[in-house]
Amino acid sequence: MNLLLGSLTIGFILSLLALGVYVSFRIFNFADITTDGSITLGAATAAILIVKGVHPLWATLIAAGAGYMAGTLTGILHTRFNIHALLSGILVMTALYSVNLHVMGRSNVPLLSEKTLATYAEQVGTRWANGEVFNVLGWEVAARDAAVLIFSIIIILLVSIGLLIFFRTNLGTAMRATGDNPQMIRALGVNTGNMIVVGLGLANGLVALSGALLAQYQGFADVQMGIGMVVWGLASVIIGEALVHASQLGLTIIGAVMGSILFRLLVAIALRWGLNPNDLKLVTAAFVFAALVLPRILNVFRKQKAETSDA
Amino acid sequence: MLEIQSVSKTFHPGTAQEVKALRDVTLTIDDGSFVVVIGTNGSGKSTLLNAVSGTFSPDVGRIALAGEDVTRWPEHRRARFIGRVFQNPFSGTSPRMSIAENLVLAARRGQPRRLGWALKRNVIDRLKERVRGLNMDLETRLGNAMGSLSGGQRQALTLLMATWLRPHLLLLDEHTAALDPKSAEQVIRLTREIVEREKLTTMMVTHSMQQAASLGNRLVMMHKGEIIHDARGADKQRMRPEDLLARFEDVRRSEQLDPTAAEMLRRLYV
Repeated sequence: MNLLLGSLTIGFILSLLALGVYVSFRIFNFADITTDGSITLGAATAAILIVKGVHPLWATLIAAGAGYMAGTLTGILHTRFNIHALLSGILVMTALYSVNLHVMGRSNVPLLSEKTLATYAEQVGTRWANGEVFNVLGWEVAARDAAVLIFSIIIILLVSIGLLIFFRTNLGTAMRATGDNPQMIRALGVNTGNMIVVGLGLANGLVALSGALLAQYQGFADVQMGIGMVVWGLASVIIGEALVHASQLGLTIIGAVMGSILFRLLVAIALRWGLNPNDLKLVTAAFVFAALVLPRILNVFRKQKAETSDA
Repeated sequence: MLEIQSVSKTFHPGTAQEVKALRDVTLTIDDGSFVVVIGTNGSGKSTLLNAVSGTFSPDVGRIALAGEDVTRWPEHRRARFIGRVFQNPFSGTSPRMSIAENLVLAARRGQPRRLGWALKRNVIDRLKERVRGLNMDLETRLGNAMGSLSGGQRQALTLLMATWLRPHLLLLDEHTAALDPKSAEQVIRLTREIVEREKLTTMMVTHSMQQAASLGNRLVMMHKGEIIHDARGADKQRMRPEDLLARFEDVRRSEQLDPTAAEMLRRLYV
């Protein structure tokens, strides 16, 4: 049960990463590799600030702000200096590796003895439940674990609603149009370059927020923790799309969150069944590859079938 | 008023693909006039329109709109003055967004986009009313994705969007060329209706002789990046599609001759 609870919590925390990737990849059509650097940047910034005695809430918000700036930088490289989308992401991601080392001062910052948002949530949970353990459908659940899960659900709910509202404002609709048809929205007076800069900032702010929460939940920040995370986010977004199968904004946002949770659960199950953890990234990449290519292959088959049945 | 003064543009200069798309073009369009620009492929008519809309900056020359020098303004800034309909019916609308959202984007053309709610109730009522004016039965489908509509429907909506806020200049870039004849006719009828009702200053590029002869009150003919003919008023009203075709034939024939002979022909006919 604790394994399930832990997987769910991480799934929810990483759904912020999925939402970030959803914003850059699906709304702006921009494969943004900055993600790998900005999730670590979020974790590093939050961890080091907490160690220095800053309140974890402020540390988390500042970490998200740092991610916003990293995304903005990628956007500026792409729109102002006309650098290819992928390359601008790679440049910033690479630079962030050094930045993250500087931020942390070393390659790993433990948080086990610090007061974090996770420990706050655990405290509240313990006080509220009056005891350490209670029963859920016959399973014993530690109150503090449940509290952390509920706390992350609340954050994800707030962020999702915030995103949904934002993308229905005048600014938000202009951003969606920028990803959908830049030519049209330029002709309607929108500076698409600015939209991309702000949008990538938003995306990486979400990713860094995810990193900050992840570091507090797992109790450390590590300079390596971002490797492959953009693919993880893509996998979540793709699973989410398969789950909701709709193009409405609200549903796609819910899809990204659900995709992240389901993907995390699948990974936990696979590891439980004996998947070598070293193979995890390979399997993830293969999964995303399959998810991107299979629909196309199926389409070709369907067309061929239709043609033969016509003939 | 639109003023184009001595504008030239060369694409890929100094390479094998060098194209002198515009050569020293000067054209002034008065407020309220409807100018039709015709020419063969590669005559520079679309390039001229793109120079006005700000898709690129001219190499030399000056472009002024409503008295403001906009030569160095980027496209999105010129949108304050310009409403535009593209040749491709899918270029002017955002397929993944709803019809209502597309229209609301157009209702703020040239204005800052802030955090106000995009689809307010009173806005939706206004949208319904104006879409009903198209007589295309779209007012009940405002929540549908734009991508679910046909090319003709999308082009009609693009025209509505371009003119939602009265533009100082309406640019139509062969906006019926990619439509089936029936939709094209419908969009042309709508164009005529809106332009006449709002008394819009309009610049329309076409290669349909039929449209060139029947629409507008001024006709500009382009060839090889230059304006070779400019007919207004009674002169324009007398034009028949056959006359226009004959002129094109002259130009085409003149090119097979040596330069002096070509110049003579040109003086004679154009």
